[in-house]
Amino acid sequence: MQLALFLIFGGLAIAGAINLLLQKHPINSALSLVVVMMSLAVLYWSLGAEFLAAAQVIVYSGAIMVLFVFVIMLLNAGEEEHTHGSRAAYIAGFPGAAAIFCVLSFVFLTESKHLGSANLGGQLSQASNNIAEISSVLFTKLLLPFEVTSILILVAILGAVVLARKEQ
Amino acid sequence: MSAQVPIAYYLILAAILFSTGVAAFLIKRNIITIFMSIELMLNAVNLTFVAFAHMWHQVQGQIFVFFVMVVAAAEAAVGLAIIIAIFRSRQTLNVDQINLLKN
Amino acid sequence: MSHLNPFVTFLLLNILKLAVVLVLTLTAVAYTVLLERKVLGRMQNRWGPSRVGPFGLLQPLADGIKLFLKEDLLPFASDRPLFIVAPIIALTCSLVSIAVVPFGALQTITVNGVGVDIFNVANVNIGLLVVLGITSIGVYGIALSGWSSNNKFALLGSLRATSQMISYELALGLSLVGVVLRAGSLNLRDIVASQSAHGAASWNVFGGFQFVAFFIYLMAAYAETNRSPFDLPEAESELVAGYHTEYSSMKFAMFFMAEYANMITVACVATLLFFGGPSSPFGNLIPAFGGPVIQAILPIMWFILKVLCFLLLYIWVRGTMPRFRYDQLMAFGWKVLLPIAMVNILVTSLVLALRG
Repeated sequence: MQLALFLIFGGLAIAGAINLLLQKHPINSALSLVVVMMSLAVLYWSLGAEFLAAAQVIVYSGAIMVLFVFVIMLLNAGEEEHTHGSRAAYIAGFPGAAAIFCVLSFVFLTESKHLGSANLGGQLSQASNNIAEISSVLFTKLLLPFEVTSILILVAILGAVVLARKEQ
Repeated sequence: MSAQVPIAYYLILAAILFSTGVAAFLIKRNIITIFMSIELMLNAVNLTFVAFAHMWHQVQGQIFVFFVMVVAAAEAAVGLAIIIAIFRSRQTLNVDQINLLKN
Repeated sequence: MSHLNPFVTFLLLNILKLAVVLVLTLTAVAYTVLLERKVLGRMQNRWGPSRVGPFGLLQPLADGIKLFLKEDLLPFASDRPLFIVAPIIALTCSLVSIAVVPFGALQTITVNGVGVDIFNVANVNIGLLVVLGITSIGVYGIALSGWSSNNKFALLGSLRATSQMISYELALGLSLVGVVLRAGSLNLRDIVASQSAHGAASWNVFGGFQFVAFFIYLMAAYAETNRSPFDLPEAESELVAGYHTEYSSMKFAMFFMAEYANMITVACVATLLFFGGPSSPFGNLIPAFGGPVIQAILPIMWFILKVLCFLLLYIWVRGTMPRFRYDQLMAFGWKVLLPIAMVNILVTSLVLALRG
């Protein structure tokens, strides 16, 4: 079950990511990123992080990506054109990305034995409820970071309003 | 039925997503798509956090992902506002033409 | 049957449940349309559909056949794949969330060693979040339909719909926090159980003092489903037909069904969260009567009755209220509903903390 979920949704995620790279029109790229995020939500759920799976769907695909699609629609962005700058990026981009991938996967494969393996369901220590555990840690030990992020969001809202407003 | 999946596979999946994000970040010329590839990289890192949280049977990794999501939401709001402001003044989304500081 | 292993049994039973619930929901969608036309007709002092079958009861069938047989137009300049996918996204998202709704009392039957809850397709720990998540995905259907039609009215309609739905989603989500605080769980069965002790007196909307939250939820739900008085995305006096201007035949029917299925979902969630779901409004005042079959069917009857009341309220509002102006809509969402929702959370959590 775990393996089947991993293969199906991992495959979907990779296909979505590569589609993001290949598509010319930003709206198609945005939609393939939504596919990546939804399949990651399923993977989170299969790793026992059910709250994060829901948060991923609500926050990432339901709010952030909708904002992206909205901005693309609002600005009526067309297909991207190629400039001489992009040719240099091709030469640097693919080898760089491939190098990063090789280094990361080499490290992960050599350490594979120590990492162990995953099985389906909620396996967090003893608690049966993932959300209860997250909230108890979040609101006791990590209360200060939580409050700081809320202030960050407030600042972000104000900044977005100021930036996007038309100048009189 | 309950075949186990090594944690390393999840990490390699995250590595693939991350390097695709890096490639898209470098190759794409549309500023919105570049912004989206940053989100893809953030998502890849989130997957590693969840996988490690699963491996250590600890909830802290998941909470960190929660914080990353919150920061990503704030970042998207501000970033898209900046993109709208740039488009208003320059009428383009191509990063090669947004070179005001160069000249 | 006994030669099947537990996994296959579980899978087959769940597919059976899904099929039954899906057919029932689609039938309910069809008859909600008829109900709306009938009731709206009576409110406007006319008959409504009355020709097809007795009392016009076969009208949904006739409508379906008519829409199915119409020509399926594809605009020349449309973005073809997105144009086809958009109505599918809209309809799927509106139907999926029915899966987590418990529409009867907990009733487990055991087949072949596998226990199955027959009145709930999926009893998920995070049921409420699933409903919210699916609702937020539904925005894509509308956004993409306007974009891919390549029509200015459709684009304006979908831009309006998207910004309206994002804005009201906040108020919608925050209005539910009070209920979650009281129940201490996101599981819809737990939320229902937390308010079924003393019948109507323990419902969240009365005994839980969540009537402010209920008001916010109701307003936000009208906006989320693009219904009157917030039906600006399809304001026919300004935008032809809004985001589905270019759609015809079955694709239009899918948008239409999605709207009514969303109405039903929203009514189900309101019933579960504020009105005790399938539990009886009399609580334990009336002793259990009849056999186990009647005791199993009675909660479903209560549930359907409550959902029906909500649908009638929807139709009543549509027959009564004029449409808002767009700036009024945005100001109402951000400056009225959102602050009230936050104050409601604050007061609810303070009261709960003080009571221990």
